[in-house]
Amino acid sequence: MALPTYASPLEKVWHYAYLAICAAIFFFLIAPIVVVIPLSFNAEPYFTFTDKMLSLDPEGYSLRWYDSLLTFGMARPDAPRDLTWWADAWQNAKWVNAAKSSIIIGVFSTLVATVLGTLAALGLSRPEMPWRRAIMAILISPMIVPIIITATGMFFFYSNPCEPLTWIGLDPQCGRLAGTYLGVILAHATLGIPFVIITVTATLVGFDQSLNRAAASLGANPRTTFFRITMPLILPGVISGALFAFVTSFDEVVAVLFIAGPDQQTIPRQMWNGIREQISPAILAVATLLVIFSIALLTTVELLRRRSERLRGLTPR
Amino acid sequence: MANALDPHAAIVTKAGGLDRQGTLRTADGRPLKAALARSSRRARRRAFFLVLPLLLFVLITFVLPIGQMLQRSVKNDGFSANMPQLTAWFHDNPRGTQPDDAAWAALAADLAAAAQARTIGVVGTRINYDMPGTRSLFTSAGRKARGGIDPPYRQAILDMDETWGDPKLWSVMRMAASPYTANFYLAAVDRTRDDQGQITAVPEQQQIYVKLFMRTFWLSLAITATTFLLGFPVAHLLATLPMRQSNLLMILVLLPFWTSLLVRTTSWIVLLQQQGVVNDMLVWLGLIGNGQRLQMIFNQTGTIIAMTHILLPFMILPLYSVMRTINPSYVRAARSLGATSWTAFRRIYFPQTLPGLGAGALLVFILAVGYYITPALVGGASGQLISNMIAMHMTQTLNWSMAAALAALLLAGVLILYWVYDRLVGIDNLKLG
Repeated sequence: MALPTYASPLEKVWHYAYLAICAAIFFFLIAPIVVVIPLSFNAEPYFTFTDKMLSLDPEGYSLRWYDSLLTFGMARPDAPRDLTWWADAWQNAKWVNAAKSSIIIGVFSTLVATVLGTLAALGLSRPEMPWRRAIMAILISPMIVPIIITATGMFFFYSNPCEPLTWIGLDPQCGRLAGTYLGVILAHATLGIPFVIITVTATLVGFDQSLNRAAASLGANPRTTFFRITMPLILPGVISGALFAFVTSFDEVVAVLFIAGPDQQTIPRQMWNGIREQISPAILAVATLLVIFSIALLTTVELLRRRSERLRGLTPR
Repeated sequence: MANALDPHAAIVTKAGGLDRQGTLRTADGRPLKAALARSSRRARRRAFFLVLPLLLFVLITFVLPIGQMLQRSVKNDGFSANMPQLTAWFHDNPRGTQPDDAAWAALAADLAAAAQARTIGVVGTRINYDMPGTRSLFTSAGRKARGGIDPPYRQAILDMDETWGDPKLWSVMRMAASPYTANFYLAAVDRTRDDQGQITAVPEQQQIYVKLFMRTFWLSLAITATTFLLGFPVAHLLATLPMRQSNLLMILVLLPFWTSLLVRTTSWIVLLQQQGVVNDMLVWLGLIGNGQRLQMIFNQTGTIIAMTHILLPFMILPLYSVMRTINPSYVRAARSLGATSWTAFRRIYFPQTLPGLGAGALLVFILAVGYYITPALVGGASGQLISNMIAMHMTQTLNWSMAAALAALLLAGVLILYWVYDRLVGIDNLKLG
């Protein structure tokens, strides 16, 4: 935004002050994310820049905290680093196991949320959908209702999923969902659904329904129409929604604290324990890896968004 | 009737045409009105069936659990299920009846039975909610009553502990004899019932919940205000820059949005703690002495700073999308008509940003009142919000009914705001990035 030529001196001063304020706010937004990266290479167990780090002395930096991510929890961390050592790390290292749990839970909950969410978004974007507003409000509510309330409700439900049946006079016996992978996956799918709904319905806003009619008039059955016409066009939105759902699960800690058992030790849960008990720079190493991960995701989503806009002809090429 | 100017009507008329009664019919001879109604019904059903699986999923894994929680907030059968005889006596005798021999006999029998079944702790816990300090009364009575209590029951029980004769205890037990109670809601607003059953305020030093609700409200409001102050200039800059530059700067807004919440909270601990980066920098600059390092985290300040940072994108994104659509020529017109830049901003530009401001502020406020993770990690004692109290009752005191009642009140507040948001903004307009 260029300053108009008729601007008075006071306006010029204000304009540059305004740019400075904006720069400071951008700094506020980004500094906390950037600062963990150099600190994670600290050679000392401190959370601040040591004199050696500031003078760029190589001795001030080390990879010891990244190394500790692998060795923490291993049976024999000091053994020579051959194949058995790596097998040990894969089997026992706490952060490695946390990553495995997080990925399993994230992938499956994303699958559930994306498949169900995309179908629902297709229905919700049809003009003839009955009770559209009310249903949409219900489907988005897991994002709005405070997570602690959701987790509290889930705690009661997942420890005894048959309890609501007793309200209608039945007395069935069923197992617990709490403490199982299935329980956490279902909980995370619920939390990820609003993101899928929002992104996919947003993609469908610009969708030209006459394409479907054209396909039908050319003899395609509804399934062919969906997979050959609709799906390729909304795919960028679906993938963005899936990434949102995955990130939601990958970053979720409260529901995990309430309903997961000792087996479902995810990365956020491990971080939560680390921050609450004794915070070590190993947390910063994890944080750095997660920041790199989020940069990768953001890039993917941005590229997808542009592709989707191009496909739908919203922006000229 | 068929309109000659309407091409669809013309087609229909040719294919089916008017019959003798003058009703329009389709090609296969059914009345057009019925055929249309049927096909639109089918289209509605088809759309609904696409949504149905997800709707059922959300109802079962989300709405039902919350219903279960709400039920917990009014139901606690810890006493009534484990003390059946005394419960029956309360049922038969109206309030105000002095405990007679039958009551003491029922109490003795129930105490012995509960001690046998090892449920006396549950009973004591239930009574303890309404009358603090009575849990040990039940557990110790249970230990003594395990072998049974000999008559005269009244004397035997009073010999264990004088408190058993307290009218307040009997009043509390009478209330607990009904599995359904509103007492947890009363407790959640710092009220209790005295031994006459009247609602009174709890003693001053026990009044914590209303204060906590107020603190949650004011802190959320403060956070909403700071996100507005920081978000408005940035959104304006992004909306007025050329697309290429604003897309680049937008990354600085979206990256925090995509970064793990725990990572951002950890960063703030690293930055703000007493041996942290910001304090080091201030000492190095000579602004403060090494001995007077600022306490910026593990208190309210920490909660406000960290939550402002985390919620800022939720303010910037709706503001940005509204500002993008504002036509710059309005402000230019105002200037050319003699308005100063401040007047042009205040009277012309700012009112046009209000839809985005409303959307952003409501969203930030809704998210802030329910925040749990960040206050729990950086809030210290003074920065805790109502969510943290719910978590404490769930995981430490195990007073689940109390947690459920507090959660229900918070939920009611959030749902009202959600309804307002839907009215003013519409959920369809919620955008992510």
